[in-house]
Amino acid sequence: MIEIEHLNKTFTARSGVHHALSDINLRIEDGDVFGIIGQSGAGKSTLVRCINMLEQPTSGTVRIDGADITGYRGRQLLGLRSRIGMIFQNFSLFQQRTVLNNVTFPLELSREGRGGKNATREGREARAKELLELVGLADHADRYPSELSGGQQQRVAIARALANEPSIMLCDEATSALDTRTTVSILNLLRDINKNLGVTMVLITHSLAVARMVCNRIAVIDEGRIVEEGSTEQVFSNPQSAVTRELLHFDSLTQVQADEERAGN
Amino acid sequence: MEVLADFFAQYGDLLLQEAWNTILMTVISTFFAYVIGLPLGVALVVTSPKGLRPHRVVNAILGWIVNIGRSFPFIILLVVIIPFTRLLVGTSLGVAGAIVPLTVSAAPFVGRMVEQSLSEVDAGLIEAAQSFGASTWQIVWKVYLREGVSSLIRGVSIAYITIFGYAAMAGAVGAGGLGDLAIRYGYQRYIGSVMVAAVVICIIWVQLFQSIGDYAARKIDKRR
Ligand SMILES: Nc1ncnc2c1ncn2[C@@H]1O[C@H](COP(=O)(O)OP(=O)(O)OP(=O)(O)O)[C@@H](O)[C@H]1O
Ligand SMILES: [Mg+2]
Repeated sequence: MIEIEHLNKTFTARSGVHHALSDINLRIEDGDVFGIIGQSGAGKSTLVRCINMLEQPTSGTVRIDGADITGYRGRQLLGLRSRIGMIFQNFSLFQQRTVLNNVTFPLELSREGRGGKNATREGREARAKELLELVGLADHADRYPSELSGGQQQRVAIARALANEPSIMLCDEATSALDTRTTVSILNLLRDINKNLGVTMVLITHSLAVARMVCNRIAVIDEGRIVEEGSTEQVFSNPQSAVTRELLHFDSLTQVQADEERAGN
Repeated sequence: MEVLADFFAQYGDLLLQEAWNTILMTVISTFFAYVIGLPLGVALVVTSPKGLRPHRVVNAILGWIVNIGRSFPFIILLVVIIPFTRLLVGTSLGVAGAIVPLTVSAAPFVGRMVEQSLSEVDAGLIEAAQSFGASTWQIVWKVYLREGVSSLIRGVSIAYITIFGYAAMAGAVGAGGLGDLAIRYGYQRYIGSVMVAAVVICIIWVQLFQSIGDYAARKIDKRR
């Protein structure tokens, strides 16, 4: 469970103080697929980066399974991060490593696991192969990321994020760089991982369609504030904030456009 | 043909000997310049304001050292450093005597080149590594140096060729090598053919080194 209370984040630049997050309160239950939606610059990435402390909150608390992580430093912080998987909009795969060795990367880091099965190269590669199997890329193990399509690259990134058996996975616009069909297949994969492995997903998107497909709960964020939160059905059937309605409207527009395109063909 | 045979019979051994001296002093100097410059470049990147361990003071001091080192004219450094060179290798002459000033003058340059190469590494990869709980050292070894390898290799050719140019200058103060040979025979004794031969060997060697460097950098790079 992730509990965020009175979270604030300000950035101090030459131009002045910028409130990226203002008094955020959220509760993400185990097994949730939690969508965080908002316009560009709303603070989505900043919020999610506070969950694995890539961003140090200015004030407030973030608790994971009851433990306040905002004070974590050094080894404790690295340990926390190793238990939270993350995937990114542009995949962020290591270009000079094979697909297999991208997946072994998190396993090479582990400090406590020295004596375990991840201590040897064979052990790590065996585990990586299992994961590639899971994402359907077992036969691409020896390729390099530059030889793969965007969708395949994101699958590799998902396998890599799962390497340390995380209980939480953070997805920052994981499908924004992909076409519709690939987006659907990646979302299906994430949903399967959530169902079968019980991984809690925190999913950033600016597309309500994406959120609708996989999320059971949604929070809408605007200018650093949560303007709406609830179950997916609730938010879609009875949107409370103007921002949500705007997003919904835009979404229906693109839906109409997509329908028209399909009809035209 | 006969002229050429005569020439090589007379000067061949000398040219070969001095070519070997040049290669020896430049390769060893490049190696030591990286022994100093690589950690320096890494430290510059890591302590930079957006680095893994930002540290204004350390970064500023390192930056200063590098800038002073780079703006110091080599020919003056060569002389100023003589006592230090004697202390370190016992002589200021020959290959051993040249290695010290070459290394000292190239290390700051190498530091900047390494810094440049590493700062080209996609910030998203650094962030990804951090998100998996990689420590600063792990990110340096496994991400910066590994992902920047192609650019680092290109840097090695540039650094080596720069050092090669300096080595010819060092020849003027008794370092030996092809530069020294070219000056002694061409400029002081007016035996132009030896000078031309020395210069041709330099050109071929530099070309060869650059081509090998380019090839290696391309071969090792897995991006498309
Ligand atoms: N390191 C930083 N320094 C200064 N300002 C920052 C920094 N990171 C983010 N911001 C600012 O904080 C605000 C929120 O940024 P954030 O990246 O969280 O937005 P986002 O909702 O993820 O947007 P997008 O959809 O474009 O990714 C933006 O106005 C941004 O300019
Ligand atoms: Mg973002």
